[in-house]
Amino acid sequence: MSKEIKEVLVRILRTDNGRSWWAEYKVPFFEGMTVLDALNYIRERLDNTLAFRSHCRMGVCGSCAVVVNGKPRLACNTQIARLGTDVVELKPLYNFPVIRDLVVDLVDFFNKHRRMKPYLIRRDVKEREEPTREYRVTPEEFERYTQFTYCIMCGACVAACPTVSADNLYPGPQALAQAYRYLADPRDEGWEERLRIVDDQHGVWRCHFAGACSYVCPKGVDPALAIQLLKKELFKYKLFKRRKKASEIVPPPEVKAPPKKQPPPFDYEFNIEEVIKYERE
Amino acid sequence: MVEIIDHDVLVLGTGIAGLRAAIEIMRRGEGKVNVGVVSKVAIMRSHSVGAEGGTAAVLYPEEGDSFELHAWDTVKGSDFLADQDVVFDFVRAMPREIRLLEHWGLPWSRRPDGRIAQRPFGGHSFNRATFAADKTGFFEMRTLYDKLLEYDNWERYDEYFATSLIIEDGEFKGFTAINQRTGNFVVFRGLAGIIATGGTSQMYKFGTTAVGVTGDGVAMAYRAGIPAKDMEFLQFHPTGLIPSGILLTEGARGEGGHLKNKNGERFMKKYAPEKMELAPRDIVSRAMMREILEGRGVKHWSGLEYVYIDLTHLGEERIKERLPLIRELVLKFQGIDIISEPALVRPTAHYTMGGIHTGPNYQAMFDDKTYVRGLWAAGEVACASLHGANRLGTNSTAECLYSGALTGAQAFKYVLSKREKGTNPSSTSITTFAEKEQKRIFEEVLGRERGEDPYEVKNELREMMDKKFYVFRTGEEMAEGLKKIKELKERYRKVRTSDRHKEFNYNWLHVIELGFLLDVAEILATSAYARKESRGAHYRLDYPKRDDKNWLKHTLAYYTPEGPRLDYIPVRIIAWKPRERKY
Ligand SMILES: Cc1cc2nc3c(=O)[nH]c(=O)nc-3n(C[C@H](O)[C@H](O)[C@H](O)COP(=O)(O)OP(=O)(O)OC[C@H]3O[C@@H](n4cnc5c(N)ncnc54)[C@H](O)[C@@H]3O)c2cc1C
Ligand code: FES
Repeated sequence: MSKEIKEVLVRILRTDNGRSWWAEYKVPFFEGMTVLDALNYIRERLDNTLAFRSHCRMGVCGSCAVVVNGKPRLACNTQIARLGTDVVELKPLYNFPVIRDLVVDLVDFFNKHRRMKPYLIRRDVKEREEPTREYRVTPEEFERYTQFTYCIMCGACVAACPTVSADNLYPGPQALAQAYRYLADPRDEGWEERLRIVDDQHGVWRCHFAGACSYVCPKGVDPALAIQLLKKELFKYKLFKRRKKASEIVPPPEVKAPPKKQPPPFDYEFNIEEVIKYERE
Repeated sequence: MVEIIDHDVLVLGTGIAGLRAAIEIMRRGEGKVNVGVVSKVAIMRSHSVGAEGGTAAVLYPEEGDSFELHAWDTVKGSDFLADQDVVFDFVRAMPREIRLLEHWGLPWSRRPDGRIAQRPFGGHSFNRATFAADKTGFFEMRTLYDKLLEYDNWERYDEYFATSLIIEDGEFKGFTAINQRTGNFVVFRGLAGIIATGGTSQMYKFGTTAVGVTGDGVAMAYRAGIPAKDMEFLQFHPTGLIPSGILLTEGARGEGGHLKNKNGERFMKKYAPEKMELAPRDIVSRAMMREILEGRGVKHWSGLEYVYIDLTHLGEERIKERLPLIRELVLKFQGIDIISEPALVRPTAHYTMGGIHTGPNYQAMFDDKTYVRGLWAAGEVACASLHGANRLGTNSTAECLYSGALTGAQAFKYVLSKREKGTNPSSTSITTFAEKEQKRIFEEVLGRERGEDPYEVKNELREMMDKKFYVFRTGEEMAEGLKKIKELKERYRKVRTSDRHKEFNYNWLHVIELGFLLDVAEILATSAYARKESRGAHYRLDYPKRDDKNWLKHTLAYYTPEGPRLDYIPVRIIAWKPRERKY
């Protein structure tokens, strides 16, 4: 397919001051070209006024999610040759207020994430801020939650979610998946707090398991699964008052005769405490 | 009237360094000091998310690692240009940083026994790269961002673009910025400031960084009279993916990847017989370019010449477990599956060793003795001389954490003591400054609808830098490059901006960034041309030897209207004298 394409037609739903229109651009194609490459070409060579976000260009910062031929995706992660057509149709993410062209308003989205208390909650507050060593996490425990840590907050899942469009108090797949991510972390003790947050009429029960969120997630996070697991945890918690035990500090490893690698001896004598004159603590 | 936004501390830039600084201020006494957190992108989207390989720290002295060893590796890697007091303080602080992040939720990769895992990395003589799959920077960013959300006494300013620093009588007062959402011009006013705006390597075309890494912080400080230090030392990472320059992490070599020329030879055996592929980056990049210059590279359709990195012998399982992002990237950009075929690479502009001149405590300095009151720099933008002439992989995210924590702590204390003294922020002079700056931006820089095409100027700059200030340099080529920069600066004065809308005007942003890029390129070029020796990442074919007698010193570049004026200050050597560097 890629061999035959010489030029792509890019159609963009543009918006300015509440007025919207379709603009069309012809962009020369090169091998490996992404949707973001095409957008950059347009902004630099054809029309300096086009507004879209991008930053890392490697699918990890979450800036560039747009609707590409009907599906929310990362522009930088989408190869044009793989779309199976030489017409690329771009729209701003669904379910978000549009500010200008492909730039949407993410403030509410970020706030919903924050409401989930997305950080480890521990009772050993002192240890948490003055660590001695690490909390133990076994490979099996690690497996249970890492998939849900890959979220780059791009908003694609929310753009695809039918429930979000019906109830704007619903936290949405991104926030709920993050609630589960921390809840499933073996080091966390904040799970009751978090369960209470998601257990209301606009909360986790609104999800009808349409699965669109997981289908569009560019990072394989599977928010739909996270939401199902969240419901299961809530069930177990309400029926059996089940609690979990958080992981504890691991002691240093025991090594019998440590192999010592040595740097060359110092050429000068010094006392580091005296050398560093500014206060550290 | 220009809108004024007040905070006790202003953190400009929210990569790993900026977020860590903001958290440090919060955890030292939330409620006492409030912070404004400002970035030209949404605060969790900073370039730091791209860091892949790991973060250095001595976690297992029981198994043979030590602070002295980490310090030695860093000093030797720096080609003896590192300030050794900074190095020692840094290595001692790192284990705590790693464990703090662990306690805040970071999913560090683990050993089977449940402890934090570490892997080998170039130039380190112990396996001390702490990692989270090959998304280390991403997880550091997400953990710090999430942790910051736990606190309330801070305000986020996503997508505010800073244009100039306000320094008055040697004291930090704030900075001016454009609110990208509204297009309005604003002034941030603070008792203390921490600049954490990252590197400069977007001045090259073939590079690894996010598009926003345009040297804004260095250029703004430079224009405000704070010198840029050691800017000739820009790191070329050996393994940039053809044709865009996107990074293939050094973790790939840490996991056992082999570099091969077109004849399938592992050529590193000629250049670093002991460390092979795990020699420091300057050495590996030069080896690759030698192979290419001597005809043992391969030419790509884009015109770029490359060598191979072969991972096939690692096997499918290990690649899938340890290098998933890399496999995804190579598949996407080269259509190659690293499980069965080698990837195509060449050295790529990656990291700025130089930056805003600071003291060992990361407080900005005007010269060898005078501090800028109330202003710190943290992360890649700072040059406290931890990395000297060449940074070791994994020491940078580490420096971001370390310097973020350190500057946050100092700014916190500074604000408390300043408040006790009861000083009032001046407002009239700030308003005058801001009004002048607003005029400069909107009339001088962005005022023309017709004129030079900024994207063309930028492209010419970056293509020239790729040629004249790359892995191998010569006086003659650098002189030509410097001439080209002057020409481009002239053309920049007539540059046009076609977008006339206020909201999310990226055209404005790109034009202002281009001004910063031209400044940092000029500083790099001038400093590099003047340094008549080869050290670390700065290698001159016409002066191929290190010259400790004349050049064991740091470059300081000061702003003048005619171009940078250079000065030099000594290197602080407390433990080891320079010696030959063999790997
Ligand atoms: C692909 C890649 C992989 C890497 N891998 C590793 C690794 O494995 N280990 C390692 O130690 N290092 C690695 N590095 C280096 C490391 O990622 C960087 O040095 C580090 O992330 C820099 O962080 P920072 O906090 O200083 O700045 P950045 O993360 O660059 O953040 C800069 C911030 O400043 C803001 N900013 C800049 N200018 C302005 C302005 N004018 N107005 C407002 N805001 C502004 C930006 O928006 C951003 O928020 C890697 C680098 C790259 C490119
Ligand atoms: S630009 Fe960062 S995810 Fe696309």
